[in-house]
Amino acid sequence: MIEIKDLHKSYKMGSNSLHVLKGINFTVDEGELVAIMGSSGSGKSTLLNILGMLDVADSGEYNLDNVPIKNMNETKAAQYRNKFLGFVFQSFNLINYKTALENVALPLYYQRVGRKERQEKALKYLDQVGLKEWAEHLPNELSGGQKQRVAIARAMAAEPKVLLADEPTGALDSTTSYEVMDLIQKINDQGNTILIVTHEQDIANMCKRIVHLKDGVIIEDKKIKQVRAQQYV
Amino acid sequence: MFSRDSWKEIFETIQKNKLRTFLSGFTVALGIFIFVVLYGFGNGLINTFDEFFNDDATNTFFIFPGRTSQPYKGYKSNRQIEFDNSDIADIEKNFAIFLEYVSPRVDRSGLVKYKNESNNYTTRGVSSSYQYAEKTMIMKGRYLNRKDILNKTKHAVIGRLVERDLFGIEESIGEYIDISGSVFKVIGVFQDDAGDDEERRLYIPYTTRQLIEKNTDKINQIVLGFKPEIGYTGAMAFERSLDKFIRDKKYISPDDRNGIYIRNVADQLKQNQQFAGVLQMIVGFVAFGTIIAGIIGIGNIMVFVVKERTKELGIRKALGATPRSVIGTILLESVFITTVSGIFGMLLGIALLSSLGDTLKDFFITNPYINMGTAIFATVILIFFGGLAGYIPARRAAKIKPIVALRDE
Repeated sequence: MIEIKDLHKSYKMGSNSLHVLKGINFTVDEGELVAIMGSSGSGKSTLLNILGMLDVADSGEYNLDNVPIKNMNETKAAQYRNKFLGFVFQSFNLINYKTALENVALPLYYQRVGRKERQEKALKYLDQVGLKEWAEHLPNELSGGQKQRVAIARAMAAEPKVLLADEPTGALDSTTSYEVMDLIQKINDQGNTILIVTHEQDIANMCKRIVHLKDGVIIEDKKIKQVRAQQYV
Repeated sequence: MFSRDSWKEIFETIQKNKLRTFLSGFTVALGIFIFVVLYGFGNGLINTFDEFFNDDATNTFFIFPGRTSQPYKGYKSNRQIEFDNSDIADIEKNFAIFLEYVSPRVDRSGLVKYKNESNNYTTRGVSSSYQYAEKTMIMKGRYLNRKDILNKTKHAVIGRLVERDLFGIEESIGEYIDISGSVFKVIGVFQDDAGDDEERRLYIPYTTRQLIEKNTDKINQIVLGFKPEIGYTGAMAFERSLDKFIRDKKYISPDDRNGIYIRNVADQLKQNQQFAGVLQMIVGFVAFGTIIAGIIGIGNIMVFVVKERTKELGIRKALGATPRSVIGTILLESVFITTVSGIFGMLLGIALLSSLGDTLKDFFITNPYINMGTAIFATVILIFFGGLAGYIPARRAAKIKPIVALRDE
């Protein structure tokens, strides 16, 4: 599903250049649940942003579902993001003047899905994350965990090939974190490919594979036995 | 871009961001409103101007005799110049090709009585053609005619206010009034745009006046109308040769500025029109400035709107919004708000102008108005440049990398 070869990325900080990714190679198959771990500054978020086409690499190859992601203009990138990728952010990034339902329906709007179908689909995904009753509420009327579940529903509504989550539990307490992880595991059980960036070991243990990043290189890449979040909920 | 969905999206955004919508709408509405009102006031000023100066027919000369200030051809200085009937005849004979009419004018003021009512008015002795010079409008009865002049009849045409003062609601036509001791029959009532003073006058045949004054042939002033076909240059040439003719006849030095004076309404009108033109230019300049200020206002608000929405736009881009749709969302919203509030401001301005009417006449503004074409043109200009002012920040926002936009707080 995802193929990365010798990926490099550096940021210019004034006159200095900060080399964040120093040659990353890895592949993710369909249906995997991968945790990308590392301390802050290890380059894990940068890697996820590049995978999500929110940022571009300086050099290296990136194939998403056998499509080479290279020299893309913003319009093309937007269409690919819309079709292939779903995002979940640490700070939820819901549009605060839109209701939960409208937020979930937004990616479908950009897919040019008709209004009625959009509403129905959005409601279906809200139901899956258990927030059907909260459809007409604004984000500031929801708790952190509820907001993140809306964000996950929004990411899933577009039916992406890969779900990318950047510290999805970073702003949540542990109980809520496990609820969110439980939801993510269930989505993964349905066969969806998910990548999670985290620095929490217990969250990483709930994935099926852990990729450890340090100073811009992968130092460890191992499959693990998944801890089910269900038991903590 | 104009699908029902994008409109719905825009209406939702507008509804949920009332302050922002109000701010940008208010700027636009205010800009157009001020433009319309200012422009209307300019037109009102010009209206007042026209009323002041255009009361009399424009193809008219008024010739006033004066007192000489220079000795000339054996005559001493400080000599009073007087006109008499022969001057009228000479002018008619010598300038026939330029002339439409010529009339003497003899003003006397005195007590006018009807039954128990009496008042002081100016009675003006004129010939029948004088009606054209003052643009006098007959309300009822008739004006003086040639027969009145020839037969020296005791007929009077009275002003609207004279009738009101003396007759109240009674019928005046056919009644007899006493003008300084002589009895005159009222044959007509007139009105005049120039106002109350003009309408407190009476017109009688100048020949009758001369008869009353011991059969003199003296007249105060000469009023004449030239044929409009001769045009402005023709009028100026006519004025010069008429001036020379009278100076020759009355032995007045060509350099003496006090001997006689010819008031050329056409020349005055031209100067007035130039002044009005300058006024219109100033008004136009200020109005143009208002529009520019309005455009800058919208531009500022659009920059603010885009800045405020940077994060939201980042989220939208992450969810698959193309740069085109980002620009479209912002632009359509701004053009929509500008159009609605622009039209609102325009209509409000027009409504204010038409409700004012004559109420600001004390400030020299009469019937302020703006023609629809100008108002709509200004509104369209504002909408267009407002859109353009919105396009520039919108395009910049569309170019920001989503990751940068998402980091914005």
